[in-house]
Amino acid sequence: MTAIAQGFTFRQHLICLRGITWREGLRFVHQRERFVSALVRPLVWLFIFAAGFRQILGVSIIPPYETYVLYEVYVTPGLIAMIQLFNGMQSSLSMVYDREMGNMRMLLVSPFPRWYLLVSKLLASTAVSILQVAAFLIVAELWGVDLPPWSWLTVLPALILVGLMLGALGMLLSSMIKQLENFAGVMNFVIFPMFFASSALYPLWLVQQSSPTVYLICRLNPFTYGIELIRFSLYGKLDPIALAVVVVMTAVFMIAAIVAYDPAKGLLVRRGGGPG
Amino acid sequence: MQTAMNRILVAAIGILLASGNAFALTAYVSNERDNTISVVDMDQMKTIKTIDVGQRPRGILLTKDEKDILVCASDDDTIQIIDRATLQIVGSLPSGPDPETFALRDSGNPLYVSNENDNMVTVIDVPTRKVLAQIPTGVEPEGMAVSPDGQTIVNTSETTNMAHFIDYQTRKVVANVLVDARPRVAMFKHDGSQVWVSSELGGTVSIIDTAKRAVVGKINFAVQGLRSDVIQPVGIRFTKDDATAFVALGPANRVAVIDTKTQKVEKYLLVGQRVWQMAFTPDEKYLLTTNGLSNDISVIDVADQKVIKSIQVGRLPWGVAVAAQ
Repeated sequence: MTAIAQGFTFRQHLICLRGITWREGLRFVHQRERFVSALVRPLVWLFIFAAGFRQILGVSIIPPYETYVLYEVYVTPGLIAMIQLFNGMQSSLSMVYDREMGNMRMLLVSPFPRWYLLVSKLLASTAVSILQVAAFLIVAELWGVDLPPWSWLTVLPALILVGLMLGALGMLLSSMIKQLENFAGVMNFVIFPMFFASSALYPLWLVQQSSPTVYLICRLNPFTYGIELIRFSLYGKLDPIALAVVVVMTAVFMIAAIVAYDPAKGLLVRRGGGPG
Repeated sequence: MQTAMNRILVAAIGILLASGNAFALTAYVSNERDNTISVVDMDQMKTIKTIDVGQRPRGILLTKDEKDILVCASDDDTIQIIDRATLQIVGSLPSGPDPETFALRDSGNPLYVSNENDNMVTVIDVPTRKVLAQIPTGVEPEGMAVSPDGQTIVNTSETTNMAHFIDYQTRKVVANVLVDARPRVAMFKHDGSQVWVSSELGGTVSIIDTAKRAVVGKINFAVQGLRSDVIQPVGIRFTKDDATAFVALGPANRVAVIDTKTQKVEKYLLVGQRVWQMAFTPDEKYLLTTNGLSNDISVIDVADQKVIKSIQVGRLPWGVAVAAQ
């Protein structure tokens, strides 16, 4: 396969990437409900959940904050990561759909190497998630969530990394899911535990006070590090541990997904659920 | 010849002032429970030193020449004088029992002290360290303020719920203005037209017209998601142009930003717990707040109306004073 790939120029690679991104973008634009729900979900948390917690936070200063923050400010990075988590899983859902409908066959018969197609797909879904985050940040700003003016720029690399990590995780999961209906299982067993057992809703010191076990789970959850990477980068700061974890986990998920989608040794063939 | 000398003198003063600006702004915070004063470097935004003082230090201010720090050591029934250069206690003023807050006349003398326990305001001559007079006011005197022209002194009494107007010359109470429950702090606008009095239990700030000596307006506070009884206004500060007022709201952990023209709250800024007293830096870039229960001070950027930092100090910080250099 790599032998064929070598025959392509850089420009042809770009055309392929553009094609995949364009399709992902089109799908996103056409599914207006998906865009609305991607925006409404975090906003419900911000408007309703955070309002009830106003009185609770502001009790301790943790990095990267320099002073006390309102709960809605604390919860914003977690909600950004939630958008990316849902998007990563949804794009994996779309792969299951593509497989069922046969669209994927078209993609996979492309002469480009499989890994390149998958990475292109990941980049495309990450780009879509960043659009969703941008829309959310605009509303959050209007709601009075105060972020530094340059946070839009500094958060971008973190969004790309976290988007890739969660997208790769979704891709890995999609290789294991046979049918579209199984997405509810992903909600139950992946999205909710990952979101709740993380630093999204409460700072980890607070979790530690109430339950050391949950604290340990939160610390082992890669999603926590994704949130912290976003949280720090919003304030122009870097959390090196979060960065290391996110980079390593992105690589692990991505390699696992590429292996899983490899027709020679992948999970698809063994399960007999592959394209074709 | 003389003009040349003058020019050199002016240049020398200019250089002195310029080099003075190079020095860091320093804030002094009285820590009621630790019996200390925290010295905070405002460039590094860090506590750089802690000085032991008398028991229960509360009211704190700098003499007009900024040479000394005055602090009410309430439980030692005295006001201590701390030399700023050496940070040593160099003397004390006979404050009378339980001094809590005080105010200096703009001319630098005399000092007016509220004695919470014996219902008096003590007038002290600072250079000679002698009591000039004791003026009986209401029950539990608390807030002290001197009008910018130095002719009127206002004292609030916590139990009588009044603002007492005292004449500078006669040292007699000339008017009593009823305000809401437990008046804490009185503060004159820089133009002297109004004095604002915060009522801790009433949850309001009363605006008193200085000429009429009557309440002409009242400011109420409401913070979304907070019970009204945790909103307890204490410290008040006006910007130099009198356009904006800041009011510390105690256990609401907020500082209210008020447009003095419309007398409406424009914004609530989240600071540490039980915010008490406040002070501007001399350039008015920052406003510092003491947060009693979280043991820190918060730094508010005045132009941006944003809290930018909270700095750890001693336990139960009460008051703060900032030196120009």
